[in-house]
Amino acid sequence: MSDVSEPRTSALEPAAGQVDSAVDQACYTDPEGAYEAAVSRSVAQAGERHVVAVAGLDLKAPPPRQTFFERFRHSRRAVGGGLFLLVLALLAIFAGYVAPGDPELVDFNYRLQTPIWTGIDLKYVLGGDQLGRDILTRVIYGARISLTIGLLAVLISGTVGVLLGLLAGYYGGKTDEVIMRLADVQLAIPYILLAIALVGIMGPSLRNLIIVMSVSIWMTYARTVRGLVLSLREQQFIEAARTVGGSDLRIIFRHILPNVWTPLIVLASQQVGFVIILESALSYLGLGVPPPTPTWGSMIADGRGYLSTAWHVTTMPGLVLMSTVLAVNFFGDGLRDVLDPKLRM
Amino acid sequence: MTRYIIRRLGLSIFVLFGVTIVVFSLLHLAPGDPAQLMLPDGAPEADIQNMRRALGLDQPLPTQYWLFVSNAVRGDLGRSLYYKQPALGIILEMLPATIQLTAAALVFALLIAIPMGILSAVQRDRLPDYLAMFVATVGQATPVYWLGLMLILVFAVQLRWLPSSGRDTWQSIILPAIALGAPQMALVTRLVRSGMLDILGEDYIRTARSKGLTERMVIYGHALKNILIPLVTVVGIQLGYLLGGAVITETIFAWPGVGRVLVTAILARDYPLVQAATLLVSVFFVAINLVLDVVYVYIDPRIRYG
Repeated sequence: MSDVSEPRTSALEPAAGQVDSAVDQACYTDPEGAYEAAVSRSVAQAGERHVVAVAGLDLKAPPPRQTFFERFRHSRRAVGGGLFLLVLALLAIFAGYVAPGDPELVDFNYRLQTPIWTGIDLKYVLGGDQLGRDILTRVIYGARISLTIGLLAVLISGTVGVLLGLLAGYYGGKTDEVIMRLADVQLAIPYILLAIALVGIMGPSLRNLIIVMSVSIWMTYARTVRGLVLSLREQQFIEAARTVGGSDLRIIFRHILPNVWTPLIVLASQQVGFVIILESALSYLGLGVPPPTPTWGSMIADGRGYLSTAWHVTTMPGLVLMSTVLAVNFFGDGLRDVLDPKLRM
Repeated sequence: MTRYIIRRLGLSIFVLFGVTIVVFSLLHLAPGDPAQLMLPDGAPEADIQNMRRALGLDQPLPTQYWLFVSNAVRGDLGRSLYYKQPALGIILEMLPATIQLTAAALVFALLIAIPMGILSAVQRDRLPDYLAMFVATVGQATPVYWLGLMLILVFAVQLRWLPSSGRDTWQSIILPAIALGAPQMALVTRLVRSGMLDILGEDYIRTARSKGLTERMVIYGHALKNILIPLVTVVGIQLGYLLGGAVITETIFAWPGVGRVLVTAILARDYPLVQAATLLVSVFFVAINLVLDVVYVYIDPRIRYG
């Protein structure tokens, strides 16, 4: 099973001689651009031949793409997490249509109104907060902030971190030294502390929060990618690409980057949950997107003073927050198990 | 060995130098004139000028940085505008409470996680394993501050077993330590479980079993020793998370530590105090990691001092 469905892993080793000859041919006939195609094609072919020889199977083994979705579908937690996130994202996007009320509408008749299952009033499903605003509506609108910051911060820090990690790992020497020492310095300051100080001084706004979150986590990507590049750099297919005159940029983006995607996707999915928790913590401290915009963290903070009289004000948004992070983690775990089972814990 | 320690010390000094640059820059990230921001609205121009001079803002940037570092080395981190006292003194006074909370959280996490991880690995795919993994999964997804509020709701408000805030009796530390330690507990449980599962398949465990050792001896005498090494590394890294998490936990439980002061200082725009808090916690963190790295070489002789 493993040999047939993942020819890439076994393809790297046995193919050296065949790669060279295929590359030579390609460069003779089409010196301008075909070399990298030739490298990857010959690696793949040699790999397949190797697999066939080992397993005694026919070349029409199922392509890995199919097995990815099949395997993913088998993980109930991953599918459940993914569905939860999909529904949450749709609710957040179409909040104006699907939310039962207005997130900023104050109605003192419903002040600290208990949730629907206590049977007192059927209007507010998850109850009302200290200003009589509908908690369910506010949770739905709050998802906008959490998801936006979660996705954008991971995207931005991921891009920056990956680029720096590629540079550090590929060029080594001084470049590596500078980038990695920078990461060391930042790792010496506990990230929550830095995030609080930065947001507090720069002033809380959606833009500043995204910047601060991105700044807080770029090192994780840079360090991971650097480690991967260091081991890839010495592999024969990179050497082959370099021998035939591939430029550094080309080698980095055409040959190295595609080989580090898998752990990166796994890492990024795990970071989303982390960023969502951090954002909500800042909001809780009053350093999130300013009111009246509803955020989960500030909603939890709203209920602080009413723990003994109206516990639902703090509990409800917290449960949604926890479920969301759980869903993100399940989804990430599922991705990891499918893409890179070796990392499983 | 000495060479390794010297190199490691050099790295720490370099890192601290970097940290001072970051902390110094904090002041200059404020939107507008920090001197004006720190004073109440409508303060007279003369006061703003005085504040600017007091903060050294009238000097060129390199001079400002030099002043900041040379003052810091001499123990002068500026005066808190809110408390009207030297910032360093305030933070030093608060630091023990923060370290105490962090240590208590770590102890809680390890005390629960190590037995739970072992049990989970030994009883793999049975009820105890499922329960432990459920706790670990939920623990990793729960925000520290919300867990803190829920603990207050259940154990302080409803059951009235434990105090919800302050640092007056020894019971005061229980709830904040649990809240802060929970995510670490979750992480360490998973780590111990997977480490244990790996090790239980090793040859030397089979040897230990085949020479007739009891299962208890195999697990505690042979297997546990071998997961301690990766555990020390993780604990070192996690200390940073704990120190950061303490900032939020302290605000929830009114625990009189650096974190609570930092949040008050941020909201009061007391920038010198913010800088002092950030710098001191980082120095403490760097020092701990230096010690851990040196200890590590003693624990694991396979590590060569390179």
